[in-house]
Amino acid sequence: MAEVPIGVRVNGTERRAAVEPRLTLADFLRDRCHLTGTHLGCEHGVCGACTVLLDGEAVRSCLVFAVQADGAEVTTIEGVAADGELSPVQAAFRDQHGLQCGFCTPGFVLSATAFLRDNPHPTDDEIRTGLSGNLCRCTGYQGILAAIRAAAGTAPG
Amino acid sequence: MKPAPFDYHAPETPAEAVGLLADLGDGAKVLAGGQSLVPMLALRLAVFDHLVDLRRVEGIRGIERHNGAVRIGSATTQATIERSEDVAAAVPLLARATPLIGHFQIRNRGTVGGSLAHADPAAEYPAVALALDAAMEVLSPAGTRSVPAADFFTGLWTTAVGDGDLLTAVTFPVWEGRCGFAVDEVARRHGDFALAGACVAVGLDGDGRVERCGIGLFGLGPVPLRARAAEAAAIGVAVEDIVPDELGRAATDDLSDVPADLHAPADYRRRVGAVTVARAWRRAVEEARGG
Repeated sequence: MAEVPIGVRVNGTERRAAVEPRLTLADFLRDRCHLTGTHLGCEHGVCGACTVLLDGEAVRSCLVFAVQADGAEVTTIEGVAADGELSPVQAAFRDQHGLQCGFCTPGFVLSATAFLRDNPHPTDDEIRTGLSGNLCRCTGYQGILAAIRAAAGTAPG
Repeated sequence: MKPAPFDYHAPETPAEAVGLLADLGDGAKVLAGGQSLVPMLALRLAVFDHLVDLRRVEGIRGIERHNGAVRIGSATTQATIERSEDVAAAVPLLARATPLIGHFQIRNRGTVGGSLAHADPAAEYPAVALALDAAMEVLSPAGTRSVPAADFFTGLWTTAVGDGDLLTAVTFPVWEGRCGFAVDEVARRHGDFALAGACVAVGLDGDGRVERCGIGLFGLGPVPLRARAAEAAAIGVAVEDIVPDELGRAATDDLSDVPADLHAPADYRRRVGAVTVARAWRRAVEEARGG
């Protein structure tokens, strides 16, 4: 099967490669770009661990082929912190014990980053719905909820 | 890499896409948002020699309102539909069904055409299309044809879109007057496919009688269904004389082929279906009465 040349801007850096069409964006990021912060849990779109921003929108990178990201901008967990400072979402996860083993955390941080950008003052119900596409098998959801509230500057309710 | 190898095609026009699909035959599959197809490829439940990606195809995105209808390009994402004020105002049933699809990360990629053409019997959009008598535009090398929703869903995961065909748009009629719309479903977790669900569109005349209604059922058969007998029984009846629970049972009692799996036996699904019809009916009627 013919390889396809692609160019993807990942965390501000242009990455060019020839890829098999069946290579997922997740595998492209991990194996070709060596950005292993994007974690793979289920590899079929259920767990959300591999969530990245594709042209600003949160997507599951295991459900996008790298060839489909040709010409796009991708932000991974490695691109979230600016100038060595944790982003507000990352800082809130640290402060509010929003992670235990940390495997699901990159996906949660990217999902929450996009979610809070589009809905800066969410209710608790909206936060729960917004997080429902990411699974934490440590089941540390209360800390994660507290982190999103803190990052949004909303009071518990 | 989990999917089996395939060749990738990224045509730029609908004509080029259907040309490719016609040439490649049943070894080819259309890739739209990929939110159902890619998991199936990853699990190797499906294997294709060729994928024809719609990402570069022009003219199959966007929402237009004209002549009492809303036409939506097949590659329009569910997220776009969710944010559309035109859809919220003109086709409320579609707007209300959209947040029930997967999660927002899925809706950022998933498309209306993909949902309809994939035709999962437990999905929301096919049932909405049926209840509202939507029309699908299907392009083939021979030209465009319009397929009513009632003729579109032909079997499990099977539609009137054949090899060499491309679903390019779907048109939803706009209901005017005293109308109400509601979707109700029961799923084990938010974002899962529903065990069973129903969508209801109802229009009342000046005397409060049911003038028109559409009841779509999902998760209750091998295809999305329309509860035609229950609808016919409701037409012309004063809305306060209709008991929602009875309507729910009437819509689901005579269903054959209700799915049974490890999540729910058929009888349970049928009972859940009846409840969702009743709930959706109540909310739709309340809206139609201006309550």
